[in-house]
Amino acid sequence: MSLPLLAAADEGGFTSPSTDIFWQPLIGSGAFAITRPAIVFALTAVLVIVLLLAGTKRLAIVPGKRQMAVEAVYGFVRNTLARDIIGSKDFRRFIPLLVTFFTVILVNNLWGVIPPIQYPTMSRIAFPLALTIMLYLTYHFVGIKRKGIGRYLSGLVPPGLPKPIVPLVWVLEFASVVLIQPVTITLRLFGNMFAGHLILVLFITGGEYMLFHGGFGLKLLSVPTFGMAFVLTLFELFVEFLQAYVYTMLAATFIASALADEH
Amino acid sequence: MTGSLAIVGYGLSAIGPGIGIGLIFAAYINGVARQPEARGMLQSIAILGFVLAEALAIFGIALAFVFQGE
Repeated sequence: MSLPLLAAADEGGFTSPSTDIFWQPLIGSGAFAITRPAIVFALTAVLVIVLLLAGTKRLAIVPGKRQMAVEAVYGFVRNTLARDIIGSKDFRRFIPLLVTFFTVILVNNLWGVIPPIQYPTMSRIAFPLALTIMLYLTYHFVGIKRKGIGRYLSGLVPPGLPKPIVPLVWVLEFASVVLIQPVTITLRLFGNMFAGHLILVLFITGGEYMLFHGGFGLKLLSVPTFGMAFVLTLFELFVEFLQAYVYTMLAATFIASALADEH
Repeated sequence: MTGSLAIVGYGLSAIGPGIGIGLIFAAYINGVARQPEARGMLQSIAILGFVLAEALAIFGIALAFVFQGE
């Protein structure tokens, strides 16, 4: 998982993992290096495409196992996220975007606990940022296209407010739509994956250090440490599903509020 | 003993979102206990509230690492 860390542990005391463990260039160096998460992301793209194509190759009225699985994921995003949040009038054209978000984020997150890979791609900020840029352009574009730029901007303020506080609320809402919403949605996905991966590395390398480099007492203590690593891996699994769901839900919420007639 | 005080600061700043998330899910459980058929509607509201409270904790951890080197 983090070989530099294990090597460092040999020379003296235990070094706790830092942000350095996330920077793993495989080919080249510097800003244009091909890194481990880049390769994992490419793998994800191929895997998602292959799985979705395989599931929908021979569509039947009575679905087979594969088609059933793909339809379950698709139906979940379509019904509980897109239709319930965006509304039954214009949710259809956003389904491809939302299903892409959900599947790509879910598979990328799950790599965080799947043994040979064990790298949640979204723990590098560039990946959630790229997704959010797509989302950002989409919801501003559909909002402005639906209402025109003037009504889009003036529609940010909820109706029925007393006159004097309208400019104040408008500034707040404008800052929220333009800056705060995209920043929080990016940082949420990034932060969850980053912190989760860091804590797994901490418990696993810490347990390794206690078991192989510590005295008898530390060797005994390594058992609960590995136990915690196991429990936290299960917790990570839960967080990974939750974050994919939350990101897609917030994406649908942003699109819905950009399209809504009154705030 | 060396280390970064920023991480201790993050520990303190996580108390607030922790309490907030606790209150949100307490209210959710209360709501479902009183009116089980409203579960679906309450669930998405609860997750939305949880997400907003959690954002503060996430900002905290991002800033803790940003200011670690100072």
